[in-house]
Amino acid sequence: MTLQLSDKDRAFLDGEHGPAGRFAMSILVRMAEAQDASAMLDISSAHIDSTVYQGEATMEFAEHLAGLGGKVLVPSSVNVSGVDQEGWKDWAVPEDWAMKAYRQMQAYQNMGCTPTWTCAPYQTAMRPHFGQQIAWGESNAIAFANSVIGARTERYPDLMDICAAITGRVPALGLHLDENRHGDLLLRLVDVPLAVQQDDTFCTVLGYLMGKIAQERIPVIEGVAVEPSEDDLKMLGAGGASAGAVALFHIVGVTPEAPTTAAAFGGRTPTERHDIDLATLREARAELTTGLGETVDMVAIGSPHFSLAEFKQLVPLLAGRRRSDNVEFLITTSRMMRALAEQAGLLEPLREFGARITVDTCILTTPMLPDNIKTIMTNSAKYAYYSPGLLNARVVFGGLADCVQTAVAGKVERDDAVWGA
Amino acid sequence: MPEGASLKGRALVRGTAQAGALTSDEPLSFWGGYDQLTGEIIDRRHPLSGENSAGKILVLPASRGSSTTAAVLLEAVRRENAPAVIITLGTDRFLTLAAIVAEEMYGRTVGIVSVDATGFASLAGASEIKVDDDGTVTRID
Repeated sequence: MTLQLSDKDRAFLDGEHGPAGRFAMSILVRMAEAQDASAMLDISSAHIDSTVYQGEATMEFAEHLAGLGGKVLVPSSVNVSGVDQEGWKDWAVPEDWAMKAYRQMQAYQNMGCTPTWTCAPYQTAMRPHFGQQIAWGESNAIAFANSVIGARTERYPDLMDICAAITGRVPALGLHLDENRHGDLLLRLVDVPLAVQQDDTFCTVLGYLMGKIAQERIPVIEGVAVEPSEDDLKMLGAGGASAGAVALFHIVGVTPEAPTTAAAFGGRTPTERHDIDLATLREARAELTTGLGETVDMVAIGSPHFSLAEFKQLVPLLAGRRRSDNVEFLITTSRMMRALAEQAGLLEPLREFGARITVDTCILTTPMLPDNIKTIMTNSAKYAYYSPGLLNARVVFGGLADCVQTAVAGKVERDDAVWGA
Repeated sequence: MPEGASLKGRALVRGTAQAGALTSDEPLSFWGGYDQLTGEIIDRRHPLSGENSAGKILVLPASRGSSTTAAVLLEAVRRENAPAVIITLGTDRFLTLAAIVAEEMYGRTVGIVSVDATGFASLAGASEIKVDDDGTVTRID
């Protein structure tokens, strides 16, 4: 298939929009050719995951583009950065890292990005709408935008998202096109008790399992008997995008492109069917824990970034209590959510409990944790999945109440009764 | 595939190498799975965990998970800890993008070759592979 470029695309390639536009378009065109795209299409917003600092290469890339005069052409939110701009000195972040990660943040702001600094941009004013063509990076955000909102984005790599934002163009491929958005495989919940489905770790565990089974394909989940909240769906998508590369999932009766199973599959037959029962879920849940012992050094929650609704769930669980001196309690969120929580009076009880808050980034994207943090408890599939490799830490997975209880007790205390242990 | 036999892949980013091979049928997220400072595969759930793939020919079905995989590979290229060539089953846009940007930014090449299912299966367990500029893949051992 030959790639047909528009006059607009050629103008970028010819440098009519400056050297940054030419650089960005030449990368997009090489990608379009590698993927056999026949055309490019317009996008009307972007979420930039290239902000994650991975070392000097990502900083040099950002400064290179900004130095060429790059400016985003469409409204562009930014993902987490490599440093909590104001709070990094309270943690173990090396100064050299902080300075370079900050330079990278500045480069993206200089290119006109909106400083959201969050991996949950769908919970900001920059949330896209159903059917909107967008170019998003950050695996969990991609899954949410496609699945829960019904916006249209491919799974963009870091470095490509900013090229799309600068040109407003992407290869017309994959999930941008309606015909590629139907389900591939069916995951059917069978005899999963309502009490389990109501447990606050259910969607997280289901997401992790969905990712393992589906990998990069589009799963359709049937048989969910509860109404998952937006945060439940956020945790589900993050699990699926960690254990697999799920960019779009459908839940029959819940997500907008799946009013029925038949609609979710677009009339096609599923290529595979998997029955998911309590035993399967229990096994997946157990896999999220890699170090079940007595001790925990830190509870870390907020991946994806903690929302206002989650702050509201958390506060009654810990009000009037105090964490053990042996267990740190960390919440990762955005500046905006922290401000909203402050306005709602939710931060004072957290301070009294001994919780700390980090914004702009998370434990996986900035080297903030001191060496004595060896075991982390979390309710997040994403933290659970990546912490062993990235932080060389053991992980205990549990619900929000278990996380609070463990922090108070100073040792692992999980109530697994509903899961039949 | 018998030793010495060749298959024709598609060179998404042209590269030439003959080197030790690491093969797996499990996808790998480079973010959290690949140490850019050393080239070691550090996803402790991955079958290649503990192997060092710097300068090697890495055969994987695809990357997985995080969008940050591209940034990790770019940094690995900058530090000269990247594989010489990555062979994937079909086109992996994360690895391809990183290799394209690496060429544009640093003038250094990581070859990216996509092969079909039969070709991919024939490389299982290979210990040495040769890759030509045009995407020809030869199993040496």
